[in-house]
Amino acid sequence: MITYRRSHLRALEDEAVHIMRELAAERERPCLLFSGGKDSIVLLRLAEKAFRPARFPFPLLHVDTGHNFPETIVYRDRRVAELGERLIVAHVQDSIDKGRVAEETGPRASRNRLQTTTLLDALLDNKFDAAIGGARRDEERARAKERIFSHRDEFGQWDPKNQRPELWSLYNGRVKRGEHLRIFPLSNWTELDVWQYIAAEDIPLPDIYFAHRREVFSRDGMLYAQNPFVTLLPGEKVIEQVVRFRTIGDMTCTGAVSSPASTLDEVIAEVAAARLTERGATRADDRFTEAAMEDRKREGYF
Amino acid sequence: MPGIDEEGELLRFSTAGSVDDGKSTLIGRLLYDTKTVFEDQVQHVEDVSRRRGDERVNLALLTDGLRAEREQGITIDVAYRYFATKRRKFIIADTPGHVQYTRNMVTGASTAQLSIVIVDARHGLLEQSRRHAFIASLLRIPHLVFAVNKMDLVGWDEQTFLRIENEFRNFAARLDIQDIAFIPMSALTGANVVERSVEMPWYHGPTLLHHLETVHITSDRNLIDVRFPVQWVIRPQSEQHPDYRGYAGQVAGGVLRVGDEVLVLPSGVPTKITRIEQHGVEVEAAFPPMSVTIHLADNVDLSRGDMLCRPNNQPTVGQDLDAMICWMADRPLQVQGRYALKHTTRWSRAMVTDVLYRMDVNTGHRDETLHTLGLNDLGRIRLRAMTPIIYDPYKQNRATGSFILVDETTNETVAAGLLLGD
Repeated sequence: MITYRRSHLRALEDEAVHIMRELAAERERPCLLFSGGKDSIVLLRLAEKAFRPARFPFPLLHVDTGHNFPETIVYRDRRVAELGERLIVAHVQDSIDKGRVAEETGPRASRNRLQTTTLLDALLDNKFDAAIGGARRDEERARAKERIFSHRDEFGQWDPKNQRPELWSLYNGRVKRGEHLRIFPLSNWTELDVWQYIAAEDIPLPDIYFAHRREVFSRDGMLYAQNPFVTLLPGEKVIEQVVRFRTIGDMTCTGAVSSPASTLDEVIAEVAAARLTERGATRADDRFTEAAMEDRKREGYF
Repeated sequence: MPGIDEEGELLRFSTAGSVDDGKSTLIGRLLYDTKTVFEDQVQHVEDVSRRRGDERVNLALLTDGLRAEREQGITIDVAYRYFATKRRKFIIADTPGHVQYTRNMVTGASTAQLSIVIVDARHGLLEQSRRHAFIASLLRIPHLVFAVNKMDLVGWDEQTFLRIENEFRNFAARLDIQDIAFIPMSALTGANVVERSVEMPWYHGPTLLHHLETVHITSDRNLIDVRFPVQWVIRPQSEQHPDYRGYAGQVAGGVLRVGDEVLVLPSGVPTKITRIEQHGVEVEAAFPPMSVTIHLADNVDLSRGDMLCRPNNQPTVGQDLDAMICWMADRPLQVQGRYALKHTTRWSRAMVTDVLYRMDVNTGHRDETLHTLGLNDLGRIRLRAMTPIIYDPYKQNRATGSFILVDETTNETVAAGLLLGD
């Protein structure tokens, strides 16, 4: 006897698959932004669901800051090889070498902001007219109002006060030459949904999402991995601790949480009981101002 | 563990209201009492409240997203919020309530299965409560919750509540809403939002959260009329899969089963379903909202924008369309104007041939003297599409009865449309 019930995770999956297929049908040159983080890892699984046994109708694009966790790059290359899909890597270092951006200096230097230029240049160079991203509306205040098909003008900018209305599941994929769309299939997913989906689908993740011993130092109330791209401030001390990462960005701005969770079930239990948002807990890049994310998104950030 | 149970269903609901009704406080309360709000978010709200010199911590700030809105203290766009309980996961489309934001209310209502209309118990039924209910009815939201808020400010008085309920029931008799619940509450104190109120022993119904968790939603979907708009054709043409040809899409209505006789529209060619897959896994039946891939017995000509249905239950195929629309752009609708039209997975072009009337969103009154529609106007129009549209009346199927109009020069989405029957 069929009950015609659909669990919330499956309903979210149905929606995301629908979004990917709409994009593929409506835009000529899309790409999928793959960072090796858990959200973009879920995007890859959803793309498999949407398009297999055929190949993806788009290549993958990674904006490599050069400050990634080595584990992320290993994972990225392995996953791409398994899928047999095409990966394009755009390097922030190239943007620096070409003089497109200037490297920040000082103990808090980060390439986080620089990658916006590298991303926009890569979209232009490859003539991409749409980029699928893993952003979720629950991540951050500015993202709560982002459309699923989100328009970017010829400068790559987002205008939050002038967004296209988005009704039912009728997405407007039209853009003028030089403009592009950002597509967010995970818009309606929460952090917990992502973890539950990873568990339900048994998707392998980079090891750093699970508890491991690592040399870390404490700064601004967050734990950072000891890494070659950061200079310690006076008084900061490297200690060894059991940690895991809730999000994966650059080594310079992604904090670890002290956690013994070494399996998916343990991580899910921790996420369900967490009292801090993942970005609030571990992302220095969102903390600068009250509207930090909104400002970066206007400029064309992910 | 809360939220872990994968079997919980998804409920999408919309809220409409203004700052004064306590809408943001109500949503803040739902998020706070279901422990969805994180400590850093509470911390952030406390900091902002203090800096702005607010008297107390303003739960409403939890839901105000963009800087412009925080500065102006208003909600100007649809914002989406998420929370989950052991029973269900919820998506809130939080929309502003003023008449100049009708288009945002329509947007939020378009995907909602339930709508919460919030009224201030001191003021009773206002023009804007009627407007919210009217939009919910027009957009065919199956369930309405009438939240009579600020009961603490009327001394938890039963008579006040009953008077408002009665007044609304009289008004709602003219609307087309299947299920209405009335709940007296106080978002400020939390009474009857998540926790049962001790101050109102005369009320025997559910709390708001209990109602959201238990309202029956399975029968809201159309499981009768088979409708499958083809979205994408999967054709690998690889060595491993030389002959694979799958028709991918999201089921818009009915239940499709392997072995079913189906008709391809608009060509009218009959064929049979040989296989249904969901991402490589065979399934016996497909129903809304499943995204699936369908294989057919014959090598029929079928592409994006076509539709599968059952031979004895067919949608309308036509180019002359009769519709209610909500105009969403600053530049008014042009009679004789040409627009791009998107319906299911099909783009067409359409010309507006006539504006029959504009509808007053507060009273339902029809003004037949106006032959244009401006921003936030609702009205009935006639359209002539360049290619046949395969549709159902919106009241039979929200997915095959809805469309958008897009300005071909700016690419802006300018209207949302609901198709009417013959």
